[in-house]
Amino acid sequence: MISSLLKLAEVSTPGAISFEPLVFWLCGGLAVIGAIGMLVSHKAVHSALWVALTMINLAVLYALQSAPFLGVAQVVVYTGAVMMLFLFVLMIVGVDAADSLVETIKGQRRIAILAGVILVVALVILLGNSFSIQTADLVNADSAYGGNVQGIAALLFGKYVLIFELTSALLITAAVGAMVLAHKERTAPKKTQAMLARELFASGTYQGPLPTPGVYARHNSVDTPALLPDGSVSEISLPGPIVARGVVKKINQSDLDGVQIISEGLGLVASENEEGDK
Amino acid sequence: MNPNAYLVLSGIIFSIGAIGVLLRRNAIVAFMSVELMLNAANLAFVTGSRVWGTLDGQTAAFFVMVVAAAEVVVGLAIIITIFRTRNSASVDEASLLRW
Repeated sequence: MISSLLKLAEVSTPGAISFEPLVFWLCGGLAVIGAIGMLVSHKAVHSALWVALTMINLAVLYALQSAPFLGVAQVVVYTGAVMMLFLFVLMIVGVDAADSLVETIKGQRRIAILAGVILVVALVILLGNSFSIQTADLVNADSAYGGNVQGIAALLFGKYVLIFELTSALLITAAVGAMVLAHKERTAPKKTQAMLARELFASGTYQGPLPTPGVYARHNSVDTPALLPDGSVSEISLPGPIVARGVVKKINQSDLDGVQIISEGLGLVASENEEGDK
Repeated sequence: MNPNAYLVLSGIIFSIGAIGVLLRRNAIVAFMSVELMLNAANLAFVTGSRVWGTLDGQTAAFFVMVVAAAEVVVGLAIIITIFRTRNSASVDEASLLRW
């Protein structure tokens, strides 16, 4: 049985990589899942991660089709540089900026989906029968210069050298253009540290450290308010979340007595000292 | 393996990208959809290169990658500029060709 299976594998893929259909269906399926995920996820960051999944799977498919250089370039350029640039911009623009679901043009979504389905059907019908010849081996093209990378290099620096040079002009234009576009003109001089500090204290609000909860009190947990020398509660000593939850502790009469003793200079330490003197 | 399968896959991914451009209102996601379409075109290039047994298709895919990288840099810079002035990355907001 094993021998017959092996024979079947040999017949189906003569001389080629035998695991190709398996990898194709796995990575192709994952690529389509990633694309659909990009389409349906509400948050832009999730979309970016789905696209990264698609691109990695496409890189595997490139490598599978004897294009190892493009597979590596796909991972480095697309998932490594382009998608991370997208993520950086998403951090600037706001990660949780979700899509608005309001239609600006009435019925646009329905028409778009219909047009997309028509496009899918048309492309599948068209592309499904486009190549009637069997796949040629790239081995000859690769081996002419000693390998895939060398073969592409020979084309880039030989037949397509003019386009290659134009590409370099395009890249430098794009870099300069992005710098010009993203540059922000400063309308006011940059504030120094001293100016910022002066502004902060000129505002008149209290800038010192806040009293810790539980000062002048018998407990030092955060839900115990600090007491002022006259026995009233210091509002700034209460943390906001504790107040919002309504779990601030009530002040005991014994705490107030303690405050009075300390504020009148009759602290326990002092009385102990007096006792010691005697 | 039949190379048409790769072309069909590339067509499906291209169509999903096109639907994304039409449907999504967030400029960045619409831009990602364009990238997806470029990737699908690359897959078709690589498949063609394999079928014809020459490396020209792979070189074309390489050029597509370079142009896409340049395009992403400029496009994202434009999106950031629009976001700075309008405080929104929605394609519906920028409908006046100014500000």
